[in-house]
Amino acid sequence: MEWITAALMTIGSIFALMAALGIVRLPDVYMRMHAASKSTTLGVGCILLSVAVHFGELGIASRAVLTIAFLLLTAPVAGHMIARAAYLTGVPQWDGAVVDELEGCYAKHAPPESEPHGPPPDASRSQETA
Amino acid sequence: MTFDDFLAHPATVTAHAMLVVLSIALLLAFLRLARGPSVPDRVVALDVIATLLVGMIGVYSIAESDPVLLRVAMMLALVNFVGTVAFSYYLQRRVTR
Repeated sequence: MEWITAALMTIGSIFALMAALGIVRLPDVYMRMHAASKSTTLGVGCILLSVAVHFGELGIASRAVLTIAFLLLTAPVAGHMIARAAYLTGVPQWDGAVVDELEGCYAKHAPPESEPHGPPPDASRSQETA
Repeated sequence: MTFDDFLAHPATVTAHAMLVVLSIALLLAFLRLARGPSVPDRVVALDVIATLLVGMIGVYSIAESDPVLLRVAMMLALVNFVGTVAFSYYLQRRVTR
């Protein structure tokens, strides 16, 4: 059992190290996100699995599995949100990037067509009438 | 620590070694946090740092045979998610309004 723990922990830590290496070395925020969201999830998932194997009690194992499930659920959502924010704020792609499939779909640095909040002129008009 | 220690308690010795590996990973992620050219770069680096801390807490609990800190890891994962979503929400809002 101890050897399974050691092996899982080693695999997880090496994946986490590779994720951090990718964060430093990749040229572009979108590529860095690729390293960040997938590799860290797998690495930390392996480490938490090794915690569950090592202690072997129901309470601790369920807590570790719950944390893994939570990471697996939240990492894609968080990655999607950051990627969207990065694209909308106009973070440039790498020079060697081949295609930008969202080109023309969003006006960068400009408000979109549908404004979800009420336009300010209505507020000033209501103040004048009141 | 000797090789006999490793054969007697492989999990504990490996946990101490992996704490060093995860510290190096944390240092690399911090490098990106300090250097990142844009704000989303820094947000990604913070996300990675918090996720690495979750893993580090797991390794530490094996090294010390003390599972108390695991609930801290769970809460850290939760707060990390909320923080990342809030960061990107306000980044996006700054542009679209």
